Amino acid sequence: MSEPRQSFETVAGCKVNVRRAGKGEPLLFLHGAQGAPLWLPFMAALARRFEVIVPEHPGFGLSDTPDWLDNIADLAFFYLDFMAALGLERVNLVGASLGGWIAAEVAVRDQHPLKTLTLAAPSGIHVKGLQPADFFMWSREQAIRNLVADQELAEKMLSQPQSDGQIDLMLKNNFTTAKLAWQPRFYDPHLYKWLHRITVPTLILWGDSDRLMPPAYGPEFRKLIPGSKLLVFKNCGHLPHIEKTGEYVAAVTGFIEGARP
Amino acid sequence: MKFYCFHLMPYADLDLDYYKKYNSAWVTLPNSYYDPKKGHILYNRYLDELEYAEEVGFDGVCVNEHHSNAYGLMPIPGVMAGALARRTKRVKIAVLGRALPLINNPLTVAEEFAMIDVITAGRLVAGFVRGIGAEYHSWGVNPAESHDRFHEAHDLIVRGWTETGPFAFEGKYYHFNYVNVWPRPYQQPHPPIWIPSQGSRETIEWAVDPARKYTYLQTFSPVTALARYMQMYRDEAEKRGYTASPMQLGWAVPTYVADTDEEAYREAKPHVENFFNRFLRMPPEMLLPPGYLSLASMKGVMMAKGAMTGGEKTIDELMKVGMFMCGGVDTIVQKFEEYQKQIGFGYLLTALQFGTLPHDLTKKNMRIFGEKVIPRLRHLAEESSPKAKAV
Repeated sequence: MSEPRQSFETVAGCKVNVRRAGKGEPLLFLHGAQGAPLWLPFMAALARRFEVIVPEHPGFGLSDTPDWLDNIADLAFFYLDFMAALGLERVNLVGASLGGWIAAEVAVRDQHPLKTLTLAAPSGIHVKGLQPADFFMWSREQAIRNLVADQELAEKMLSQPQSDGQIDLMLKNNFTTAKLAWQPRFYDPHLYKWLHRITVPTLILWGDSDRLMPPAYGPEFRKLIPGSKLLVFKNCGHLPHIEKTGEYVAAVTGFIEGARP
Repeated sequence: MKFYCFHLMPYADLDLDYYKKYNSAWVTLPNSYYDPKKGHILYNRYLDELEYAEEVGFDGVCVNEHHSNAYGLMPIPGVMAGALARRTKRVKIAVLGRALPLINNPLTVAEEFAMIDVITAGRLVAGFVRGIGAEYHSWGVNPAESHDRFHEAHDLIVRGWTETGPFAFEGKYYHFNYVNVWPRPYQQPHPPIWIPSQGSRETIEWAVDPARKYTYLQTFSPVTALARYMQMYRDEAEKRGYTASPMQLGWAVPTYVADTDEEAYREAKPHVENFFNRFLRMPPEMLLPPGYLSLASMKGVMMAKGAMTGGEKTIDELMKVGMFMCGGVDTIVQKFEEYQKQIGFGYLLTALQFGTLPHDLTKKNMRIFGEKVIPRLRHLAEESSPKAKAV
């Protein structure tokens, strides 16, 4: 697996940890609540075709926690500044879960820097009567078991011991996630009103066995974002990029290549 | 020393087998477990007990705030303080809530406390807390904002009590064009402020500040933690150029006293074990939502809290670490005397009802404590300051 280049970039007064690999069109990946501490196989696979850029959000991982960070809108504006500061244009913006929510908030504000948008099991909206599970009530073990459909994979993940440093990062990531998403729980009550502003080609991905964000949220996003497509992975939980890496990479690559230039 | 009778007003009629179906008596335990007819009897029984505290010689009584659980049934503590305000004549009434970050408009606390203070001609002690972590789940309040909201709400309330209104308040979380608290508090410049805590350096550094000098209460903790945090308070006071008085330090602890050690142990055992194992039962995710503590404290408390969230506790373990004080009169007097001399607290807040402890045993506990224990401890902390660094 190719080693990414790692650097710290300072944007809006905040030093963030950024990993990059590959050449081609820029693909900016926005991670979910558990952060992006490692260069994962799906990133390496995407880097064979794109310039993959994976920042750790302000407040996560090795990035700073800036005083200005209060809510999801702050991160949306941060990533608009981030793309400008790095000179990124025609960006393929790809978000997972909480990162999908951030990506949607970016796109409703300003989609000029974007070529395409991919949202995998994004949070960000609430549909009455469709209650997501309560992530904050899960222990680490429950979270791992509930986030993937394949329980053998869960066992494998659970069998890896957590180092002291990993515990510190987990507590930091959980803290920032609570700050962003505790109340209302993982959504912005105003986002749904403006998703119609998104006109860049948009792909929505969901696992059919997602036990955190109900798969029924997929069609809701598709209805709210004009012209968007929805693709559902079979026997897949909340993290298709990890659980169905091959299908995920093929879907994202095919979608971006098929998007009109 | 000053003696306060602390009450949680638990739902003592709780079906104790609930834990076979639910993992906690907090947040998610269905309120169908609460029978209002039994609740009626309990509320009135508990109020009788707090009124009895005045009769047997306590200096004060304590009510507190908890939400959505069987552990403490005073979600609006001012209701109980109001009832006690008229039925008691001498004791201080310490409201050890309100949980400031849980309350949308902190000015309601300024009003509620001022009302009690005026009705009682200055018998109110104002307790400010952040609430238990579980209550951030129940109340939908962001735990990551807990510290900041606490400090800002506190500033708003104290300014509302001490500054002539109307004035504008321009905070991050609270904004008012016209802060103008009616009634003003009876005690001037404001009622004494107590800060109950389970132990936190941030809280101590804030409470000890010479501009505040608030009484710090360590609640339901092992004696080693009590000693450590009280020493921290005194050290921090010295760093700020003054010596903390014993009246800036208080200890809240469940206590049971009888004529003999054996009788106390036998009578208290099932009820104190119910208290810790059934009423306080909750998983760590409920107790410590992310952001409720600083990252450093979170890691530390996660380890220490094994005592609260780990397996079942026995009365012997609880007595050994000093999370429960239990014994005959001589034993209890000797233990409190020893701890007071070592640790130097000036307020002792005994919870003399806990868990399922019934009315007759509660009253007996209160009577013996009031008549036989208080007179023998009263002189402590009043003759001289404790030896600094004794622990």
